[in-house]
Amino acid sequence: MLFGIHWDTSSDLAFAASILPILLRGMVITIEATVLGFFIALVLGLVLAVLKAAPTRIVSWPALVVTEFVRDTPLLVQLFFLYYVLPEYGIVLPAFLTGALALGVQYSAYTSEVYRAGLEAVNRGQHEAARALNLTTTRTFTHIVLPQAVPRVIPALGNYLVSIMKDVPVLSVVTVLEMLNVAKIIGDRTFNYMIPLSMVGGLYLILTILASAGVRYLDLKLPKIGIPLK
Amino acid sequence: MEWTSYLPPLLQGAWVTVQLTVYSTILGAVLAFAFGIGKLSNNWLIKGVSIGYIEIFRGTSLLVQLFWLYFALPIAGQAIGIDLRLPPVVAGVLALGLNIGAYGAEVVRGAIQAVPKDQYEAGRALNFTPRQAMWRIALPQAVPEMMPTFGNLAVQNLKDTALVSLISLGDLAFRAENIRNFTQDSTTVYTLVLFMYFGMALVLTAFMKIAERSVGRWKTAGR
Amino acid sequence: MSEPIIKFDKVVKRFGSVTVLNELDFSVSPGEKVTIIGPSGSGKSTVLRILMTLESINDGVVWVDGEPLWHEERGGKLQAASEKHMHRMREKLGMVFQQFNLFPHMTVRRNLTEAPIRVLKLSKKEARERADRLLEMVGLQDQADKYPHQLSGGQQQRVGIARACAMRPRIMLFDEPTSALDPELVGEVLNVIRNLAEEHDLTMLLVTHEMQFARQISDRVCFFDRGRICEEGPPSELFSEPKEARTKEFLRAVVDPDSAKGEKQASAEG
Repeated sequence: MLFGIHWDTSSDLAFAASILPILLRGMVITIEATVLGFFIALVLGLVLAVLKAAPTRIVSWPALVVTEFVRDTPLLVQLFFLYYVLPEYGIVLPAFLTGALALGVQYSAYTSEVYRAGLEAVNRGQHEAARALNLTTTRTFTHIVLPQAVPRVIPALGNYLVSIMKDVPVLSVVTVLEMLNVAKIIGDRTFNYMIPLSMVGGLYLILTILASAGVRYLDLKLPKIGIPLK
Repeated sequence: MEWTSYLPPLLQGAWVTVQLTVYSTILGAVLAFAFGIGKLSNNWLIKGVSIGYIEIFRGTSLLVQLFWLYFALPIAGQAIGIDLRLPPVVAGVLALGLNIGAYGAEVVRGAIQAVPKDQYEAGRALNFTPRQAMWRIALPQAVPEMMPTFGNLAVQNLKDTALVSLISLGDLAFRAENIRNFTQDSTTVYTLVLFMYFGMALVLTAFMKIAERSVGRWKTAGR
Repeated sequence: MSEPIIKFDKVVKRFGSVTVLNELDFSVSPGEKVTIIGPSGSGKSTVLRILMTLESINDGVVWVDGEPLWHEERGGKLQAASEKHMHRMREKLGMVFQQFNLFPHMTVRRNLTEAPIRVLKLSKKEARERADRLLEMVGLQDQADKYPHQLSGGQQQRVGIARACAMRPRIMLFDEPTSALDPELVGEVLNVIRNLAEEHDLTMLLVTHEMQFARQISDRVCFFDRGRICEEGPPSELFSEPKEARTKEFLRAVVDPDSAKGEKQASAEG
């Protein structure tokens, strides 16, 4: 029994049918962790990107090192670090929030690079033309640079959303009851790992296909008329 | 407890991590070329199998794949009377290699497809067979294009090895968790371990850069 | 002679260890059409880019319309200018770029109205009327709702010229406006510039490789070499009887009919 739902081991089919609602409960947690982690990655990545673009090296260099460090170390170890070390400094978060934070930190290194590439892809001539027309710096950023950068950035960010989703099972090590953890618990108790783990694989396939299709749809819908994307 | 006393067990773990990374990266590279080229095949069976492999391993989570190989596969083996219990090392290398290979296959395919059409036409004009055109003309030009992404994938793979600690393989992450359990000195242990992974990633990146440069001479002048 | 509208006073510009402008003295009278020619790397474009405040200077003073461009007078001394000062100074200048630099995500009309609305604070209606008049001037009235990538290079550059004109500058800077164009499209752009030169009392500063065109429209031609003006004079004199050896050498090279540039020029004239 998990989440108050019993399983039926009379046959493989009955077993699969009876644990599906349990796995779906886990899937909800998976999606929640994905969305929250992605949101944190978007915000934190923006902060890092801005710092890295700073004119003084005292600011940009540490940001570059942090990005490199975060990108080169495993999510699992970062998660353990946050989970065990934060409480020592009086920051006690629920496991779910610590997990989402770890996902956000890890992926902020990637999103910050996406932002940077997007902004750099807007060529210098655009800035010069805006200057020659006397547009203000703010106006240039919001109406000339951003509209050209966003369509380049969205697909890449979308792919990282899918990656985050595939990394959520790591949170099971700090007791988050996401989909894989739920399947593992069912397996531990019934000694039947094959069915729950295979179902999780199938559900993941469906999730990633849907999410990828969503990203592609968004990409098609974006206003990018005339913007050279390469 | 002095932090230096953590080093011997952590270094032992790091050595396991290095081995896992090397083996699974090699396996991944082999799979990447096999299925990347396979996806471009005209034979529908080879093409179908390649697409299936790539989509399944890219579409599901690495940890799910690892657990499936380690926990579920033996049970399937039992049902058909074959012993499919894998030692953790084998399950780990297999899962990591299969996973990274699927990502690599897409890189290989992309790079081969990016070779300009007129190169194949030139090959045809010189009466190369399709196989010769692939091995003699397309691949040598495509490999340098793959290298930067392969470098990223290798680092990704190094990081992913940490997950095998969850099937009780004694890698760096596993030793760290053990020491933390024993000493409760989490800040020191995990800081140390993070820096060790960082160091390994830097070394790996340097190696991949050397490899990248050594195949750079294949690059066509026109691109 | 009237007070110059542009005056470079011992201006020095360095990129790293390379000195691009070497104590340049140079002035332009109001309404004058000046063409700058010279080998690449001689600092021609840098003069325009400094005037448009795209490139700063290392020494000297640039005067535009009686005021220092890169400096402000504070307490009787010249000090580095504030952004506010440069914003005000830029109102006097307009620039046409070699690579057009149109905004790719905006329609042609929006390219022309964006700055007038935001910077000059024109009403949408005024800006639109102004844009449509200018598009008619450059012969593109029927392309207003298209995006830049749907136009030919020549059409894009005509939009670039119209966009600069929409700000009603007193000084127009043309930075190799036809260098990025296919030979057959050069003529249409030069015609627009010629009309602009003939019908308005704009001050024009043009960097170009089109020697025939320079001869037709300029009041004065300056030959730049190694960061300085090597020789200058009315086009009839400079092109027909250059005095300096380096000018002769340069002119011989560009009008040589066997070189690629010579062909390009010939087709532009045809």
